[in-house]
Amino acid sequence: MKLDDLKTASPIVLQGLIRRFGERVVLDALDLHIPQGQFLAIVGRSGCGKSTLLRLLAGLDQADGGLLQQPAGQSVRVMFQEARLLPWKSVLDNVALGLPASRRGEAEQALAEVGLADRAQEWPARLSGGQRQRVALARALVHQPSLLLLDEPLGALDALTRLEMQGLIERLWQQHGCTTVLVTHDVSEAVTLADRVVLLEEGRVALDLPVELPRSRDPADSRFVALEQHILQRVLQGPSFNAPLINETPLASLHFSQLHWAL
Amino acid sequence: MAGWLNHRVLPAPTEVLVAFWQLLSSGDLFRHLAVSFGRVASGFVIGAGLGLAFGLLAGVSRLGEALFDTTLQMLRNIPPLAILPLVILWFGIDESAKVFLVAFGVLFPVYLNTYHGIRSLDPQLLEMARSYGLSGNALFRQVVLPGALPSILVGIRYALGIAWIILIVAETLSATSGIGYLASNAREFLQTDIVVLSILLYAALGKVVDVAARALEKRWLRWHPSYFKAA
Repeated sequence: MKLDDLKTASPIVLQGLIRRFGERVVLDALDLHIPQGQFLAIVGRSGCGKSTLLRLLAGLDQADGGLLQQPAGQSVRVMFQEARLLPWKSVLDNVALGLPASRRGEAEQALAEVGLADRAQEWPARLSGGQRQRVALARALVHQPSLLLLDEPLGALDALTRLEMQGLIERLWQQHGCTTVLVTHDVSEAVTLADRVVLLEEGRVALDLPVELPRSRDPADSRFVALEQHILQRVLQGPSFNAPLINETPLASLHFSQLHWAL
Repeated sequence: MAGWLNHRVLPAPTEVLVAFWQLLSSGDLFRHLAVSFGRVASGFVIGAGLGLAFGLLAGVSRLGEALFDTTLQMLRNIPPLAILPLVILWFGIDESAKVFLVAFGVLFPVYLNTYHGIRSLDPQLLEMARSYGLSGNALFRQVVLPGALPSILVGIRYALGIAWIILIVAETLSATSGIGYLASNAREFLQTDIVVLSILLYAALGKVVDVAARALEKRWLRWHPSYFKAA
């Protein structure tokens, strides 16, 4: 599929999505549209429901109410905060997990894409944290997913490795063109990578901003800094602050959700 | 020989060596060794096989757990040697009694460690594997079994130690061959050299088996950081 086809194809629709854990409402009637091919970043404080949302999208968890509509034939792959490599399989066998033997060549190719072709026969325990996450990324991409979910995959990495990984993720996303949802607590990372940043607060969308800066983005650029500060300040205000920040978004459906939130 | 100790208490090392040479040249040594080794091997294979099978079933399925776990947890509190009189009544003093005792003693450590190994698998890895489309047989072979293997091997090594202990007692009480028989027979005739030799043989056999188990561990767990060669 070309990128243009992807954009016109059906979006992922979340309507009034509810998830509770006991008494605690984690997702409180959440509305969100994710067009195909978009790189969406979800930010928020810990406990705001962003990881829960990702697990629902991944099908690892079930909603208690509302609608979650995914395009037909969508294949989902998740990259977790921990690499979650099988320690008893070689790096290459980890990438080839769940692939038929006939497609092993693709696993080698995916490994080369993340720059680890020469470590194919190594045990995962021999790799550094950043290398393990690159293997996990190769493992996710080898299945050519139409939806890639990234659950704070760079949270445990050092600053330098994180920057390298951000570059790699951006490059591979541009090549594959899959819809990507990144959950992160790092606003700068969200602005660096995403087409659109959504802030979750108490299980609802508190802010929904397009990022219209040309790629690849420079964190020192004044527009970048302004956007980052804007989001960061909104995060820091916290949910007790009631006046909403209405922002122009390209999606009509989102106005509805913001109005809903403003009531 | 200065003779610090009465040779009825402990023989001189040279006497043990002489006894070793005599038994070796007569071929008796090899015969007794082979018999003891065969008993441990067959008892171990039966007991460990059953322990592994029950452990896998109880670890993988709730039904298996409900069926086997409480029963086996109850039986495992019985010291294997406590049922020795009963086993002699059932099987007499022939081979099956000793094999049964060894199997009985080996079953529980293998069962427990297999069951525990599966139950303590990293749920994050299982979740990942499922979300990558693995299920059923593929999930078992690629994730569950290799993940439980370190624990299973601990059970096996522990069980091998137990197997030899049980065999020693069983052979001392009721046997016409084997190292235990050699020792108890020698005791009757106050041949302390052969008694000590038998003890050393048990130690050597236990060590050989343990080394073999370690080699297996080293091969099967070569992905594990503790088995990496020092780079």
